Amino acid sequence: MTSDPAHSNDPAAAIPRGARRYRGRWLTAAALPGLAGCHRTGVLDPQGPVARAETLILADATAIMLAVIVPVIGITLAFAFWYRRGNKHARRRPDFAYSGPVEMVVWSIPVLIVLFLGGIAWTSSHELDTAKPLKSDRPAINVEVVSLDWKWLFIYPDQGVATVNRLVVPAGTPIHLRLTSSGAMNSFLVPQLGSQIYTMAGMSTELNLLADKPGQYPGFSAQFSGDAFSDMRFTVDTVAPDRFAGWAAATRGRGKLLDLPAYRFLARPGRTGTGFYGAITPGLFDTIVADGTKWPCRSQLSDDPNTKGSARAC
Amino acid sequence: MLGRLTWNAIPWSEPIPLITAGVIGLALASIIGLILWRGWLPYLWREWITSTDHKRIGVLYCGLALVMLVRGFSDAIMMRAQLALAANGAPGYLPPDHYNQIFSAHGTIMIFFVAMPFVVGLMNFAVPLQIGARDVAFPVLNAVSFWLTAAGVLLVNVSLVVGEFARTGWLAYPPLSETAFSPGVGVDYYLWSLQISGLGTLLSGINLVVTILKLRAPGMGYMRMPVFVWTALASNLLIVAAFPVLTATFAMLLLDRYCDFHFFTIGSGGNPMMYINLIWIWGHPEVYILILPGFGIFSEVIATFSGKPLFGYRSMVAATMVICVLSFMVWLHHFFTMGAGANVNAFFGVMTMVIAVPTGVKVFNWLFTMYGGSIRFEVPMLWAIGFIVTFVIGGATGVLLAIPPADFVLHNSLFLIAHFHNTAIGGVLFGAMAGYTYWFPKAFGFKLEERLGKAVFWCWLIGFYLAFMPLYVLGLMGATRRMQHYDNPDWQPLMILAFAGAVLILLGIALTALQLYVSIRTRDKRRDTTGDPWIGRTLEWSIPSPPPAWNFAVLPQVDALDAWWVEKQRRHDGTEAAAARPFVPFHLPRPNPTGFAAAFCAVVTGFALIWHIWWMALIGLAGLAAVGLRQAWQTDTEIEIEAEDVERFERAHLAGAAA
Repeated sequence: MTSDPAHSNDPAAAIPRGARRYRGRWLTAAALPGLAGCHRTGVLDPQGPVARAETLILADATAIMLAVIVPVIGITLAFAFWYRRGNKHARRRPDFAYSGPVEMVVWSIPVLIVLFLGGIAWTSSHELDTAKPLKSDRPAINVEVVSLDWKWLFIYPDQGVATVNRLVVPAGTPIHLRLTSSGAMNSFLVPQLGSQIYTMAGMSTELNLLADKPGQYPGFSAQFSGDAFSDMRFTVDTVAPDRFAGWAAATRGRGKLLDLPAYRFLARPGRTGTGFYGAITPGLFDTIVADGTKWPCRSQLSDDPNTKGSARAC
Repeated sequence: MLGRLTWNAIPWSEPIPLITAGVIGLALASIIGLILWRGWLPYLWREWITSTDHKRIGVLYCGLALVMLVRGFSDAIMMRAQLALAANGAPGYLPPDHYNQIFSAHGTIMIFFVAMPFVVGLMNFAVPLQIGARDVAFPVLNAVSFWLTAAGVLLVNVSLVVGEFARTGWLAYPPLSETAFSPGVGVDYYLWSLQISGLGTLLSGINLVVTILKLRAPGMGYMRMPVFVWTALASNLLIVAAFPVLTATFAMLLLDRYCDFHFFTIGSGGNPMMYINLIWIWGHPEVYILILPGFGIFSEVIATFSGKPLFGYRSMVAATMVICVLSFMVWLHHFFTMGAGANVNAFFGVMTMVIAVPTGVKVFNWLFTMYGGSIRFEVPMLWAIGFIVTFVIGGATGVLLAIPPADFVLHNSLFLIAHFHNTAIGGVLFGAMAGYTYWFPKAFGFKLEERLGKAVFWCWLIGFYLAFMPLYVLGLMGATRRMQHYDNPDWQPLMILAFAGAVLILLGIALTALQLYVSIRTRDKRRDTTGDPWIGRTLEWSIPSPPPAWNFAVLPQVDALDAWWVEKQRRHDGTEAAAARPFVPFHLPRPNPTGFAAAFCAVVTGFALIWHIWWMALIGLAGLAAVGLRQAWQTDTEIEIEAEDVERFERAHLAGAAA
């Protein structure tokens, strides 16, 4: 791996940080008052169609739920207050223990809400299925993602390059990700772009995302995977489409080759910064999926001081 | 000789566990010293350790839960402190390997060794009393269940000083929990302590199901059972159905770890995702095993303190049983993000919402129970109202997470953490605290101090909101669970707020201890001489507090729901004074050391297996077999209680109540 020259001649490094400022959206602001504007990285700051659709679902469902639970909480407190023992004005009905109409209503209200929300759940599960390609007039960029202990490898099979802990993608272009893991299970998540998906050794999952405009979006593993899990972060550098081709061309042929031995070297447990490879062995991802099942020995080559205690050779 | 156990197993270089262990060791030593010095041991042995009385065992369960609450909470406040500190490059004070053990231990302890024993203890105590029975169906087995749970607790706590605990999270997902990734003894501590205590839970579940089905008082048909008994029945049916799944799943992981099997390994045909499915096939019913008895307690409390029968009893029973069945059909919502596909995710999302229907019905029925009532705001009722308000918020966020695409962005985030603490604290813990306050006078004959009880409630309620509302926000801001440090400066103020909430809860726990101490010191002022301190409705309030070993001098004849309330009405109206039925002799089980001995052998076996000390494991297993055989060949297991003894006790109680 070659350490990242981002600070010198890397085109993606020049993205202004202000591009990821939060712009309050009425829906989220209406559903979750007081939260808007105090952060720039979360679910409530969607930067692509998938994340936007999911935030909208979240806001809609929150609004529906609030329409029920706010009155319920209010009635609870009101009943508790009004029917307190000391209240002379309250009309007591000590034998009121059954009422057909009331039963009818108390079963109907949750049933109706669940019918409605269940409909949302059913249709949105299909619309936002992680494996479903996104509609766009641009062809999708393929990226193959491997979670390693404790870093992320991004392979660009079509561009013939690979990066570590930094995912460079063109804005406005669908990104088709295939994901696997070298060992422990992780979950790939970029909150501002939307859906997460597990990375599992010996298997591959699929994810489709799209970033609207250039910017830097933090990503991380959302599934605990061991001692340096908290450092398993990466940045999604979204660049203008024309600059993406330039970045790929500039990277290609410049760094080392990512072949199976280089991959296994990288896969040794430990933290690392960002980096890139200027060439890749074709079909490496499928080899990793097949080979990952034979590569479960974290402790063999550990050089990270934080993995102490797991020193038994396997 | 000692397998993998060496001097280095003790973390000499880590001050936190060493000091903790020192303090706990000193406290234990001084308690044992005090017991020996004051000569209490024979009493403890006769009346508690070998007791087969369901009330005593229930009290032991609850005591164990309260002690472990302190341990589990210590882990919690350490985590909150770590995250309040470890921002923007600061490492905090807990290195990852220690931090990871702490969050794993916190979850394991809170679910298996706080929530479970608390709920099982309350069911153990109250169910036989509510159905008018003299004990559970299998009293010796009941003691075995409790002591096996205690054995699991002991092993988990030993891991604090000898070796390490799991660093895998509270469900120990493979492949991380396989030897390739977790070669140490931490996961083995986790697995063996839960195998042992899980066996105890299963036996207890069988015991209570049989008790409810077979030992109800004459005339108590199913639709005359108190709602708490219904929820206990549902909960124990779930235990019987779900815990074998847990045991089998852990057994497969143990085979992977000890015998190089490949059930859940990556490679050689193993499939870690199978474990995740299986563990949640146990894990989701487990949620309802814990919350259903909580619902039952709130139903009893709200009816009692509103001075009304529970509204919509039949609806409540139906809702309970619907939840019981549906709880097995939603497990996949714990991993929508595995990539199972749209149809699978959509099905489990919708099923999860369907479970919200009976739960919603329950909330409405509690509301209508209060409607038209005459509400007394005693401590259990405060917990109940706090519960309704808190639980509907937790339920609503649960429904949000049940929508697969919403879960895609919130799964494993602090939003999820806030959600399940919202239901676990707001539902299970509030329920357990309500039950503890409600049945305490029945168990000990005096009420808990009320002002401190209210202070405890407010500390927990406000502390909960302070600690977990910021976590909802943090989850939406992109903070994930189990992180040991973070670099987003926006998160730190909320993390500090959450820590402040934990401190308030700490105050609540401290006040609980103080309340117990003060209540015991001033018990003569707060005696319950009538046996019915809360103006109750169900049979446990018809007998003295504390009840005699045999509970009911004469088994009650039940002909209505809220049997005791109806009886009191009749006495008040002077109509059809029940003909006094004669006292008859009956049998009670003798004190029996089988449970304690079995647990002792289980601890030896478990410890030996964790450290690969095979000879010691064989000795432990042989001991278990010997204990079982001795029990099987015992014939003289019961004491006959004479009718005159019962009559004498009843006379004394009536005289006391009149005075």
